[in-house]
Amino acid sequence: MKRTALALIAAILVSGPALAADKLRLGTEGAYPPFNQIDPNGKLIGFDVDIGNALCEKMNMECEWVTQDWDGIIPGLLAKKYDVIIASMSITDERKRAVDFTERYYSNSLRYISKKGSGLDPKNLKGKAIGAQRATIAGQYLEDNLTGVVDIKLYDTQEAAYLDLEAGRVDGVLGDMLVNYEWLNSDAGEGFEFVGEAFNRSDVIGIALRKGNEELREKINKAIAEIREDGTYAKINAKYFPFDIY
Amino acid sequence: MNPATVLLLARLGRAALYALTALIVLGICYGLWILDYGVIFQYFGRLLVGAVLTIELVAISVLIGFCIALPTALMRVSTNPWLRYPAYAYIFYFRGTPLLVQIFFIYHGLGQLDLIRDGILWPIFKEAYWCVLIAFTLNTAAYSAEILRGAIQAVPRGEIEAARAIGMSKALAYRRIILPRALRIGLPAYGNEIVLMLKGSALASTITLLDLTGMARTIIARTYTPVEIFLAAGLIYIVINYAFAYGWTRIERRVNRYLAPPA
Repeated sequence: MKRTALALIAAILVSGPALAADKLRLGTEGAYPPFNQIDPNGKLIGFDVDIGNALCEKMNMECEWVTQDWDGIIPGLLAKKYDVIIASMSITDERKRAVDFTERYYSNSLRYISKKGSGLDPKNLKGKAIGAQRATIAGQYLEDNLTGVVDIKLYDTQEAAYLDLEAGRVDGVLGDMLVNYEWLNSDAGEGFEFVGEAFNRSDVIGIALRKGNEELREKINKAIAEIREDGTYAKINAKYFPFDIY
Repeated sequence: MNPATVLLLARLGRAALYALTALIVLGICYGLWILDYGVIFQYFGRLLVGAVLTIELVAISVLIGFCIALPTALMRVSTNPWLRYPAYAYIFYFRGTPLLVQIFFIYHGLGQLDLIRDGILWPIFKEAYWCVLIAFTLNTAAYSAEILRGAIQAVPRGEIEAARAIGMSKALAYRRIILPRALRIGLPAYGNEIVLMLKGSALASTITLLDLTGMARTIIARTYTPVEIFLAAGLIYIVINYAFAYGWTRIERRVNRYLAPPA
């Protein structure tokens, strides 16, 4: 009896990873509209999610979404909670030391927003309070370039930064241009506007994988090229933005 | 079952236990071996900056919290319902809800109200620092008041009766007998509350403050070394806690030395 139980446990331990192998687990944040968010019914939706599903269909793989808080999203990938990250992650040198990236699936830039008529000048932010999400390009841009000049406030989610902009705790928010665009078009964003020009235009967004996963990387790259070509990408893009974001 | 089989199974079980223990110890050693210690040294200074804010937040909220807790506890043990019930409601609310909810309520909740946003108190509620201090203070005051209430009620009746018998007024009895005794009785539980508060203070990081935890998370956002940085942050918390606990035990022993067995 005991031996059978042991054999059973051993079988489960050995076969667990094997069973999960042909299922691709996609990690995302779920708090970054319009790219990934959880709708009132608890369903994961957004541009990243649509792209991920389209890629899985092209690659003929069964996929499963996993949500993870943003500042733990790379550690979660390294800990094998999921196999890839499709969460609007910018390709940076710092991140490349920890993970590999596919080719880009869209491009972004940074742009400030603030209250309409606030007169916030991105060229002269001395003494202003500026919010951004922790562990993002925008957050690091502020830390690298404006430490000691502006009062930098880092938030766990982009939404929390917007809440404090509405409340007037920060004078402006620096964030991804497309995400800010979406928020300005929402009800909450009424009364706020872009200030200054978009910058950091070389910001490209890719899918992150654990290092050394070359086969999967090539497969995803091929799938990205395919959905670009056959119009799937354009269809998804049009759902969210009236202009091409690739 | 055959006794020989039982014996064999017991020995097998013990061997498995030893093997498992050895495996876990080896795993921990391996884990410590592959850690990137460079990153800990590089960012240790910033973690200490965060630790200073943590200590500051806890120290201020515990000090003000005690000043609120003392009158609240006295109200709570009063026989007058007009005094007793407000104190009871306050303690009930703050002990019955999570500290995180209280922080969010004060920071995000009150920040939504025009009444607050246009009011004269907005400069205070605007700052995450003050919101956290208010939440911590009200929270720790409620717990401390409850500890004090228990301590006051634990003062032996005979001592109170003796005080009254020699003609002390109620107020004088409180000042000379009941409160000094109650503070000594409540001291160990109160030390616990301060340690809990120190650990709870990590929640300040959820509303942009760079306390020890907030600083650790910001560093990890750059380095992607959560194990190393959280390990270092955890060690700093332990050092603070043990230093505090050591000092507190000394105070306890000193003020309660009349209770110690004669040397």
